Amino acid sequence: MDFSSFLLMRHEIILLAITLLLLVAEVSIANNKKNSIVHLAIFLFGIHTIVGFLKMDYGDLFGGMFHTNELIKFFKSVLNIGVLILLLQSGDWIEEKILHQQRGTEFFMLLFSSLLGMYFMISAGDFLMFYLGLELSTLPVAALAAYDITKRISSESGIKLILSAALASGVSLFGISILYATTGSIYFIEISEIITSNNLTILGFVLFFAGLGFKISLVPFHFWTADVYEGAPISIAAYLSVISKGAAVFILMILLFTVLKPLMAIWENIIYVIAIITMFIGNLFALRQQNMKRFLAFSSIAQAGFILLGMITGNQLGIATVVYFVLIYVFSNLAAFGVVQAISLQTGKENMKDYEGLYRTNPNLSLVMMLALFSLAGIPPVAGFFGKFFLFTAAASKGYYLLVFLAVVNVTISLYYYLLVVRAMFLRKNENAIPYFKSKIYMKLGLLITAVGILVIGLYSPLYNYIHELSKSFLN
Amino acid sequence: MDILSLFIIVPIITILVLVFTKNLKQARVVSMVGSSVQLLMAINLVFAYFKERAVNSSIMVFTKDIVWFEPFNIHYTIGVDGVSVALLLLTAIVVLAGVFISWKMCDLPKEFFISLIVLSIGVYGFFISLDLFTMFVFFEIAVIPMYLLIGIWGSGPKEYSAMKLTLMLMGASAILLVGILGIYFNSDADGGALTFNILEIAQVNIPIESQKLFFPLTFIGFAVIGALFPFHTWSPDGHASAPTAVSMLHAGVLMKLGGYGVFRVAMYLLPLGAIDWSWVFIILSVIGVVYGAFSAIKQTDLKYINAYSSVSHLGLVLFALLMLNKTAWNGAILQSLSHGFMTALFFALIGMIYGRTHTRDIGKLGGLLKVIPFISVIYVIAGLASLGLPGFSGFVAEMNIFVGAFQEDNMFMRVATILSVSVIVITAVYILRVVGIMLMGPIKKEAYLKLEKVTWYERFGILLLLIPIVGIGVAPLWLSDMILESLDPFIKGLL
Repeated sequence: MDFSSFLLMRHEIILLAITLLLLVAEVSIANNKKNSIVHLAIFLFGIHTIVGFLKMDYGDLFGGMFHTNELIKFFKSVLNIGVLILLLQSGDWIEEKILHQQRGTEFFMLLFSSLLGMYFMISAGDFLMFYLGLELSTLPVAALAAYDITKRISSESGIKLILSAALASGVSLFGISILYATTGSIYFIEISEIITSNNLTILGFVLFFAGLGFKISLVPFHFWTADVYEGAPISIAAYLSVISKGAAVFILMILLFTVLKPLMAIWENIIYVIAIITMFIGNLFALRQQNMKRFLAFSSIAQAGFILLGMITGNQLGIATVVYFVLIYVFSNLAAFGVVQAISLQTGKENMKDYEGLYRTNPNLSLVMMLALFSLAGIPPVAGFFGKFFLFTAAASKGYYLLVFLAVVNVTISLYYYLLVVRAMFLRKNENAIPYFKSKIYMKLGLLITAVGILVIGLYSPLYNYIHELSKSFLN
Repeated sequence: MDILSLFIIVPIITILVLVFTKNLKQARVVSMVGSSVQLLMAINLVFAYFKERAVNSSIMVFTKDIVWFEPFNIHYTIGVDGVSVALLLLTAIVVLAGVFISWKMCDLPKEFFISLIVLSIGVYGFFISLDLFTMFVFFEIAVIPMYLLIGIWGSGPKEYSAMKLTLMLMGASAILLVGILGIYFNSDADGGALTFNILEIAQVNIPIESQKLFFPLTFIGFAVIGALFPFHTWSPDGHASAPTAVSMLHAGVLMKLGGYGVFRVAMYLLPLGAIDWSWVFIILSVIGVVYGAFSAIKQTDLKYINAYSSVSHLGLVLFALLMLNKTAWNGAILQSLSHGFMTALFFALIGMIYGRTHTRDIGKLGGLLKVIPFISVIYVIAGLASLGLPGFSGFVAEMNIFVGAFQEDNMFMRVATILSVSVIVITAVYILRVVGIMLMGPIKKEAYLKLEKVTWYERFGILLLLIPIVGIGVAPLWLSDMILESLDPFIKGLL
């Protein structure tokens, strides 16, 4: 093995270098010039995102513990884009609220460490690497959730996250050890050849699934979601709902479709039931939410339920539609969180009632929010429609018409609460509406990227075709 | 650029220009120019269609096909036959009339016209699509602007009505989605590739079990927007709360999407399902026809009267389609057109009356014929057209429907037909009642003596709608021939 094979880990190495570079910068930059750290971090991560798209080799490392292919690379790039947007949207928040507490650099370092964990989790070739990645991706986020040290609710959210995450990963680890006990291997390739459907493997699988279900916030592992989102800083709530969820969805799908394929008869039924209850619980609880963060929390639970419709197929169409949906979901949800962030930063208001009459004072923000909500609701011509339609097509291709029917019932329910926000912004007139304000350049850029993404990704079909081709080559 | 895609591109350009307008004056001029161009294109299309039809005998003409999502075999496929040409013309006329009627839209004018034109894009796109996916996309694009249009610019309980309308229509389209997916995954029944193309699917023999399963989903999905009983409840509330131009566009054009979709998708692609299920929906549509008419009698709000009358008239469209014969279908399409013009005209007039008297309660109005004669006379004419007086479009349409319906000679069909025919009498009751109370009689309020005269733009909007009503009534054959020859391929599977 020569050093050039380490280039397979290009994403990981560059991100690690950036993290260390920021540490050096933290030490060497004077306290009164700390805001240059924000610019530096965003700039470096922007470069990293672009480099991530460049051509690279694919293959295995460390005897199969780490492996990468084109689909995995693409998905890492999707996560990168999400984090980049998130950095742009939270840049102002860090400059205004965090820097003077001398904790700016740590924010980026923790965030990047967590992302690094996700890279390893996605690229894992065995359960050990997978578990390391899972832990590395979760622990820093708990620290980040408690980052608003001036607010008690933020610390509470950090504690809630770390406790439930620890429990979940413990359960997951127990499941993995049972799988190891029955198959005698932790390598994915070997397990997929040995594994058979018996009671012990099913128990192991269910426990393992519960751990990942926690990260995706599937019902009934969703109880932490709303509380943590409400307390955590908005950018961290966005991170949990988009990046963390996206990565977990991806790895769960890969494992189900390859390693655990022999258990398909089992997990099909599990996913069928969980998809239904996740959609219904997420949507019904979202109906009455007033706080925008809790609102988006339940909406993101419901969206996870829709994602399961693509996952139930167990075939190439499922991979393509799920990856495509996650890509769209990154843009749509980040647009929604971005607007909430912009308003919260300026005014400190986070309730739906405060949004009344917003269109007449801040038309651009309202339009971005409307695009985001329409995309989440799945209304053409914005991207969310295409994502949902294809997910439903994937489920219908396997003959799950009843499931699709229940899903479209849920789409209609979700439309109601998404329209509630549109109603507040556009329909209501309000003397005390949030006055006009100008966001700074980073926030504007962050929102602009999401808005363009929402408008373009759906209509521009070559993007889906590309993902479709990747997913084909993935299963071969 | 081909002649049909322009119907989508011109409104998009109009919207892009509208974004840069600064005030009401600019916005309305831009919208008027854009919609006028659309109307000229639609008229041009009619002539082009006749010319093309003489040399081209395929089911659809001016077809164009662009691959969109290759893995799913989704195409942007467009094309028209006589039915869609007629409906495109209807849309262009009603949109332009709607722009004229909204000449004085003060609150957020730019946004109003943009939403209106987005809605029209959805309608145009729906009528030219030959691909189920594209059609579905346009269907939803047509529905969603209604929420903003009613919610922002409406009156009365507008938030409630807007939400009810949007949820019911989007719920219906969600059911439709399942139906469309069902059709899609059965389109390889004869061993071909999966496809969304309507003309290709029509050649496939979809298994009868699937047809029976997916026909009701597809039918209900479309028929909700065509106000099928008992899913019509969004329509009276929605129309009553909507601003004038939106009521016109919605009752005049958007509700036609239902009948058109049933005819073009549900019945054409799932004929065996249609034959199997028709009795259920005949019962529902007859209830809708009679119930709508009776409800209209009891209403006192002008817009509610008209909305229930729409439920009744569009019930006839569905009823005629379910008769599954050519004469009735011809009547159904003619009724769609006739009702489109007529009801748009009604809503325009109601908007004008309301704008002047500030009430829509017929009990408070009286003697309007003496003070605003132009509007009142047109109201009488529209009323007469609505109750099916010979010489107007309504007569031609209803004549065809009932003649067609009476061709079915079993007891069930006969009873259904007789019940539906009775609606002609009930319609006369509610139309004449309004005319009697509101237009005749003494002037009930001092203030009514000084009502504003009709303005040039209102006159223009009215004439745009009146000409086709009289035109179809006096010379129906050119239109009815154009429709009839297009029906053949669609009825074949049902015989």
